[in-house]
Amino acid sequence: MNFFKYILIILFFFFSSISISSEKNINLELKIFKNLRCLICQGQSIYDSQSDFAESMKLVVRQKLELGMSENEIYSFLEDQYGEWILYDPKFNNKTYFLWILPFLMFLFGALLILRKLGVFKK
Amino acid sequence: MKNKYLLTIFIIFFTFCFIILFKGLKNPNTYQPEFNQNRVLSDFTSTEFFSDEKIKLSTIVTDEKYYLINIWASWCIPCRKEHKFLIKLQKQEKIKLIGINYKDKFKNAKNFLNDFENPYQIIFKDKNGIVSIELGAYGVPETFLINKNLQIIKKIIGPINPKTYNEIIEIIK
Repeated sequence: MNFFKYILIILFFFFSSISISSEKNINLELKIFKNLRCLICQGQSIYDSQSDFAESMKLVVRQKLELGMSENEIYSFLEDQYGEWILYDPKFNNKTYFLWILPFLMFLFGALLILRKLGVFKK
Repeated sequence: MKNKYLLTIFIIFFTFCFIILFKGLKNPNTYQPEFNQNRVLSDFTSTEFFSDEKIKLSTIVTDEKYYLINIWASWCIPCRKEHKFLIKLQKQEKIKLIGINYKDKFKNAKNFLNDFENPYQIIFKDKNGIVSIELGAYGVPETFLINKNLQIIKKIIGPINPKTYNEIIEIIK
């Protein structure tokens, strides 16, 4: 009887680990789909689109994940083929630094305004 | 004094936004991919159209010639328009044509080739569009002019027209 108990416990952990890992893969897959722009659609990610281009792109991403490629490796592969525009998250470079820094600057500016209103700078 | 200071900041800010948005208005709103001159096509293996044999691209691209990889489908109307240019290019000595049959039914594709003549030396099947994505293509028709090192010399998105045809001829001269 005990023997069956152990077998059941082992089987439980085995299958739950499989389901957890497959869920992880699906989540990663969806994350990548959402960060890839459908280049022939207007303002849609490949996750949102059902165009031929998006459907094929999903297959390629799935295939690359199965081959063991990481998220970043997939991004850089597609970036090589299609340019940086394919990624929704723009990289930090000399064309985009203003885009990345602007929210922080605005936040700082707002904080300064509030502090000034509160009279922190008053002697 | 304080109001004047604020007003100046507002005017500068709005002028800045106006200039940026006004400039943006003049930009074309269709996406034109940046063409990377040094990009090397990723090698792929796919099934040959007639024999169903698995063939790797780099095993065919071996001569000191140019290769024109053309993505086509029987259901694609612009492909019919560019077909006459492919037939003309096929007669050129320094170029070999490789077809990629995109998301097509074998029977329809075969009929298309029977009706309009087959300009390709070899045709690969791309049943689910994976090969085209690996090549960096957007859809059909699309054409890549490459050399034996798989380096892309010219990329044509959309059908070949008299202008792009002449450009290809100029390059392979």
